[in-house]
Amino acid sequence: MGGQPAGDIDFDQHNFALWEKRVDALLVLTSGKGYFTVDGLRRVLEDMGEEAFETMTYYERWVQSVNQNMLEAGAYSLEELSTKMAEVTARGETYGDCAGGGE
Amino acid sequence: MPHDHHDHGHEHDHLSPSGHPYQPDQDHPLTKWQAMEIAMRELLVEKGILTREEITQTVEAMDRRSPADGAKVVARAWVDPDYKARLLADGSAAINEMGFHADAMKLVVLENTADVHNVVVCTLCSCYPRNLLGLPPDWYKQRAYRSRVVKTPRAVLSEFGLTLPDTTQVRVHDSTADMRYLILPARPEGTADMDETALAALINRDSMIGVAQASAPE
Repeated sequence: MGGQPAGDIDFDQHNFALWEKRVDALLVLTSGKGYFTVDGLRRVLEDMGEEAFETMTYYERWVQSVNQNMLEAGAYSLEELSTKMAEVTARGETYGDCAGGGE
Repeated sequence: MPHDHHDHGHEHDHLSPSGHPYQPDQDHPLTKWQAMEIAMRELLVEKGILTREEITQTVEAMDRRSPADGAKVVARAWVDPDYKARLLADGSAAINEMGFHADAMKLVVLENTADVHNVVVCTLCSCYPRNLLGLPPDWYKQRAYRSRVVKTPRAVLSEFGLTLPDTTQVRVHDSTADMRYLILPARPEGTADMDETALAALINRDSMIGVAQASAPE
């Protein structure tokens, strides 16, 4: 996107949420263990198309990319993921409710 | 971090069971992407690929890193010409000397002077010298900064409050996944008597990205 027209810089800063830090940690750890490279991360981000950059937040794109790379690396199956996501979602209403099982 | 989340009777007072307010992300409805993070994390632990401790430690290490780390490196370079030469020659090796690690990334350090002003961007995404500065600020990741700084750097710098004379050449450096830049800002006037610790306090994050100068002494 370098050189493309764009609006003003927004200087607001949000505090990184715990789930965002965890996505970051999962990327650092899984790529550090050789499951994929930063190029693999980029490939999935590029494949999302420009719209994803308008509609999703930074770590929303990242979690999708890390997940896609881990699926491709065979770390777990799509079925295991969907079963686990359904189980997580059924735990409650909020991130705080649902995130407890991993800690 | 405590995660006793069974105490649903108190959820309307927005305090966790330990009596602390939840972060905003904790009390909004769970998003699909948050569910994906939880599911992925738990699966990776169940599969023995990661441990909970590793994940917790990585998040904690991330929280500990801050621009104060980069400021120590810059302050050392200001007071020690030999260190400065090593830093400019091989950034990764020179920060290792101070106990910081570039990991697999090549760290390139660029010196700002009255003649040349360097500014860093990652047009691809958000590559940033996190090991020295912590996580990047939101604006660094935004389209506005990434698109425009490569085309009209002087205009973008002026939005940060930095107006450079026409005699200063501006160079924009685009980071890559394998190479990160740290800017060595110019040492301000009137700091000859200051020690390394006092100098480090003048070195703000933005000056190490190249969108600001180091602060003037009080």
